[in-house]
Amino acid sequence: MVKIAQISCGTEYSGIQKEIEKAASTFGAEIVIPHTEIDYIDEAYQKFGFTCASSGIRLMIARAMSIVEGKSEADAVFIATCFRCAEGALVRNEVRRFIQENTRLPVVTYSFTERTKADELFIRMEALATIVARKSILARQKQEGLTLGIDSGSTTTKVVLMENDHIIGSGWVPTTDVIESAQEGLDEAMADTDYRMEDIESIGVTGYGRITIGKHFNADLIQEELSVNSKGAVYLADRQKGEATVLDIGGMDNKVITVNDGIPDNFTMGGICAGASGRFLEITARRLGVDISELGPLALKGDYKKALLNSYCIVFGIQDLVTSLAAGGTKEDVAAAACHSVAEQVYEQQLQEIDVREPVIQVGGTSLIEGLVSAVSDILGGMEVIVPEDSQHIGAVGAALLVSRLGDSSK
Amino acid sequence: MKIAIFPPNSLILADLVERRGHEPLVIMKEIRKKVKDAEIDSPPMNITEEDPIKGLKYAAIEVPSGVRGRMSIFGPMIDEADAAIIMDDAPFGFGCIGCARTNELSVFYLRKRGIPTLELTYPTTREETLELVNKINTFLDQLEDENG
Repeated sequence: MVKIAQISCGTEYSGIQKEIEKAASTFGAEIVIPHTEIDYIDEAYQKFGFTCASSGIRLMIARAMSIVEGKSEADAVFIATCFRCAEGALVRNEVRRFIQENTRLPVVTYSFTERTKADELFIRMEALATIVARKSILARQKQEGLTLGIDSGSTTTKVVLMENDHIIGSGWVPTTDVIESAQEGLDEAMADTDYRMEDIESIGVTGYGRITIGKHFNADLIQEELSVNSKGAVYLADRQKGEATVLDIGGMDNKVITVNDGIPDNFTMGGICAGASGRFLEITARRLGVDISELGPLALKGDYKKALLNSYCIVFGIQDLVTSLAAGGTKEDVAAAACHSVAEQVYEQQLQEIDVREPVIQVGGTSLIEGLVSAVSDILGGMEVIVPEDSQHIGAVGAALLVSRLGDSSK
Repeated sequence: MKIAIFPPNSLILADLVERRGHEPLVIMKEIRKKVKDAEIDSPPMNITEEDPIKGLKYAAIEVPSGVRGRMSIFGPMIDEADAAIIMDDAPFGFGCIGCARTNELSVFYLRKRGIPTLELTYPTTREETLELVNKINTFLDQLEDENG
C-alpha cells in the first residue's frame, strides 16, 4: 500500500482528518504520520531555522525533518494547513520546498477549511498514489494499437481516437450530461474513420466525469487528470525526456505540473476563484460580442495597461471591463486586460508555489487563446511557452496513450 | 469551584487544582464526551464540520477553521469558569493546544471574563517551582474562603 505522510496543522480541530484518510484510502493509499520524539521536535525546529509561534507548526517542521533524515518512511507527502493561517501558509511552502530539495518524494500541498470534503482531495491523493504505484504506466512513450481517450472536463468533453502513435479522429463538445456529451464526442471522433466501437482495443478516461463515463464505457483505465495531462503534454510537445512544466488553465480549475522524463514530480491545483479560469475569458468574449476563438488574436493587438481592471473577481472584473468599453476603450485592450488578469492570477496563486522549469507547455482549451499564452510568457519574464498541436485534446491524448498496451503489461 | 486552566490540557495544573478540592476545566474531559458519542464518527476527536461553525461565537469567519474548532471546545469552558490559572511561556510538554492564535484568543477571553485569575510564568529553577506551587495553592484556598 502506498504510504502518504501527512504533515499538517489543524486537521483534527477542523474536523477534516477523516476526509483526508478517506480520500487516500479511496485510491489504495494509507495516511501515515511521521514519527517524532518530543525532544526531536525542538532539535528539528532549531535545525530548520524558521521561528514560529504555534507548536502545531513546529511539529510539522519536525515531521518533515523526520522524513528528510530517514527517521520515517513514506512514498509521498501531503502537506496541509488551515486556510487563512499566515504562519501555516509560510511554513507549508517552506516545508514543501525542503522536502522537494532533499528527497525525491512527490509532494502535494493544500489549505483546508472545515468544509473540505474527501472528494475535493481525490484528485490530489489519486495523483500521489499514481505517481508512486504506477510509474511503469507513466513511463510509456508511444501509443500502439487502436485506443480511445476521453477527457470529461467541467466545461468541455474531449475525445481522441489514436492508432499507432497518430491521432486519427477527435471530438470536442461542451459538457452537459456527462455520458451524452462523451457519446457525442465519441461519435465525432469516429465519424472520419472506418472503425467501429468493437474495433477499439482499449479505452482510457480522465477528467471530472471519469468515474461515471469509465463505468459506462467499461474503460480499461480511469485516471485523474494530473498524471494523464502531464503525460499527454510531454508526448504532444515531444518533450518526453528532461524537465518541463505543464500549465493547464481549465474551465473550473488550473493545474501546474512539473515533470521529469514525463513523470510528474510536483503539482499544484487551484480552483477557488473563477476569475483565474477559462470561464473568465469565455464571459469576456461574450461581453465583447466575439467568439472565444477570436479573443486571443484580439488580445495580441491590445495593450492591457489601457483598460481599467481593478478586480480579479469574475463579476466585478467583467464590470470593470464593461466600464472600460463604455469609457471608449477598445475591444483589443479589454481582451488583452482579461488575458493579463487571468495569467497574473495564475502566477500569483499557483506558479509561485512551484519551481517552474523550462519549457512551459501550455495545454487545454485556453492554450488556443494566443493572448493568454503571450500574457503567461510575459508574466514569467519571457520564459519559453510551448503550445503543442492538439493541445486542447491533451487529456484525451494522454488517456489514449497511457491505456495502450495496458492489458499486455498487466498480463 | 470550576477552574479554567491554561494550557487547558496541562495535567500538572489540573492535578494541582484537583488536590485543593476544585474542579479543573480541561479539554480531555470535553474530548472524552465527544469520542464517547456513538452518533458521530470523525476520528480522532470526533470534531465535525459543525464544531468550527460553533466556534464563530468566539472568532469571526475569516479566522482559520483550526482556531474556530479549538475555540468551540475551549470557549464554553472559559464561559463556565469561576476562576482561572494561566501559565505563560510553558513549553509544549507542559500542555499545549498547538496553535499560537488560539492561545492568544483563549488568554484574552479568560482575562476579559473578570473572574479571579492567577497569571504565572513558567518556572525555570527548583525555587521558582516551589514558589509557583505555593502561589497556586494559596490562590485556590483563597477562592474557597471567599466563597465559603
